[in-house]
Amino acid sequence: MQKQLPRQVVLLIWAAIILLPFFMVFFSTFKSISELFQSPLGWPNSWSLENYRELFVKEPMLGYFMNSVIVTAASVGFILLFSSLISYAIIRMSKKIGYVVFGFFVIGMMIPTQANMIPIYLLVTKLGLYDTLLGVILVLIAFLIPTGVFIMTGFMKTLPNGLIESAKVDGANEWQMYSRIVVPLSMPSIATVSIFSLVIVWNNLLYPLLLLKSDAVKTLPIALLDFQGQYLTNYPLIFAGVIVASIPMIVAYLFLQRYFIAGLTAGSMKG
Amino acid sequence: MQSTNNVVKGEKGVASSLRLSNQLNTRKRKWNWPLLLFILPGFILYGLFFAGPTVYSLYLSVTDWNGFSESYNFVGLSNYTELLTNDSIFLHSLTNNIKFTLVVVIFQTVLSLCFALLLVKNTKPNIIFRAIYFFPTIIASVSIAFTWTFMYDPNLGVLNNLLESLGLHGWTRSWLGNQNIAIYSIAFVQFWMHTGQVMVIFIAGLHSIPKELYEAADIEGAGKWQRFRHISWPLLAPAASIVIAYTTIQSFKAFDLIIAMTGGGPSHATEILSTFLYKEAFTNFNFGYAAAAAVIFLAIIVIMTVLQFKIIKTDDVQY
Repeated sequence: MQKQLPRQVVLLIWAAIILLPFFMVFFSTFKSISELFQSPLGWPNSWSLENYRELFVKEPMLGYFMNSVIVTAASVGFILLFSSLISYAIIRMSKKIGYVVFGFFVIGMMIPTQANMIPIYLLVTKLGLYDTLLGVILVLIAFLIPTGVFIMTGFMKTLPNGLIESAKVDGANEWQMYSRIVVPLSMPSIATVSIFSLVIVWNNLLYPLLLLKSDAVKTLPIALLDFQGQYLTNYPLIFAGVIVASIPMIVAYLFLQRYFIAGLTAGSMKG
Repeated sequence: MQSTNNVVKGEKGVASSLRLSNQLNTRKRKWNWPLLLFILPGFILYGLFFAGPTVYSLYLSVTDWNGFSESYNFVGLSNYTELLTNDSIFLHSLTNNIKFTLVVVIFQTVLSLCFALLLVKNTKPNIIFRAIYFFPTIIASVSIAFTWTFMYDPNLGVLNNLLESLGLHGWTRSWLGNQNIAIYSIAFVQFWMHTGQVMVIFIAGLHSIPKELYEAADIEGAGKWQRFRHISWPLLAPAASIVIAYTTIQSFKAFDLIIAMTGGGPSHATEILSTFLYKEAFTNFNFGYAAAAAVIFLAIIVIMTVLQFKIIKTDDVQY
């Protein structure tokens, strides 16, 4: 037991280093600015929700939140649909063509988002989609299809081919084989891609920064970034925004932690 | 990771014999039209909104377009030569990139390996620790950036207050305002955020090492250090090269944290390529020039990724 002690201490110290900043943020949201200046480290005097109230009065927080929900739901949904369709087609094609198609999509994982942001901005503007949610959604889908294809093709390849073959003998067409056999069997990889893209899309800053301007369409991350300029050192108010923006991810993480860790690790492995 | 590979390999035998009969079929068929339709929607979106724009960056990079004017000139490679020989801010950003990446790679790899070794067993407390360490990964980097801007705040900040209360007055400073340390302050946040994420890769690597090896070592009477030195360490090489390669590329691409914490300041002290080219494009509207910087940025990432593949491929260890 005594040998264990240094180990426990090290682990607890890093846990504190990780958690302390989040607790500081959380506690600060219950303090007034003057209270924060007097005792930045202390407990809040009262659990007043004044900052949250002020935030929702001053800012269309509900709108930002809904914009984030719309962008995330639409992007994740279509990423799953398109990636699974492509992956299914890849495993059904002849090996050579499948390999070329796979390579064409997967090469996109290598491209850093800043490398093509100028043409993306120009294109979205030209199509009249600047400052619309649709523009951001389309770009996010395009951006995450490569990772989706990479993960799902890898998984579908391991499915026994006999299942598809026997369905074919029974007269099933491609759509039926895709929707009734391959998709239900690929649920683990679909879960991985869902979680990976959920976190990436919900937290994405670059594309809203690039493509959105007015309050009516802003998502949470870009709204938060703008608070910084607007409220300067009004940390309690900004942090109330941080908490509101983080709650959905935190709640999901509490319940699906194992899947989050697996999904985000697989997704970030990108090749 | 190793174990899933084996599963894949095991099923390949069955799958390939089945695929043979499948291929005989496809040879008779001319072209599978439905499959083309399956690919089409994703192909259009990805081609139009991601792959195409990357190619278009190459084109823009040899022009002097400012983003507004009707006409622009082709300037050949002069954007590139200007960037690489004359633009001190660009070269400064590149240096910062290297400093930032180096610090993050060293700390993130060492820390995540240590934590992986400490948390390798699947016990309840270990799983809780892992979940805590991993936690920052799911939070938006904007939120993380504000959190640490606050922690680093020279007056209000927890860090300086903590140092004061420990009697270390000499250590307090303006963590993001001081040109000499700002980039390292952000590098800390970067590996603070991602250490738990790559720790998971090391843990998977450790779990893939056959238990018999450790049992054999126990019989031979090997100590903890010897077990690590002679079993875990050599067999962790594949996981380590994945972690190092991934961390290098991830930290080289850092953007959100810097934009939200310092915006590249004070006086370009935390400017890196991604923030440099963003500002060059959307603050100064030098689209052609920024595109050239983007192409250089892309080239560096591509080279790193190719190297990553090479290294990981040649690092396969045998038991």
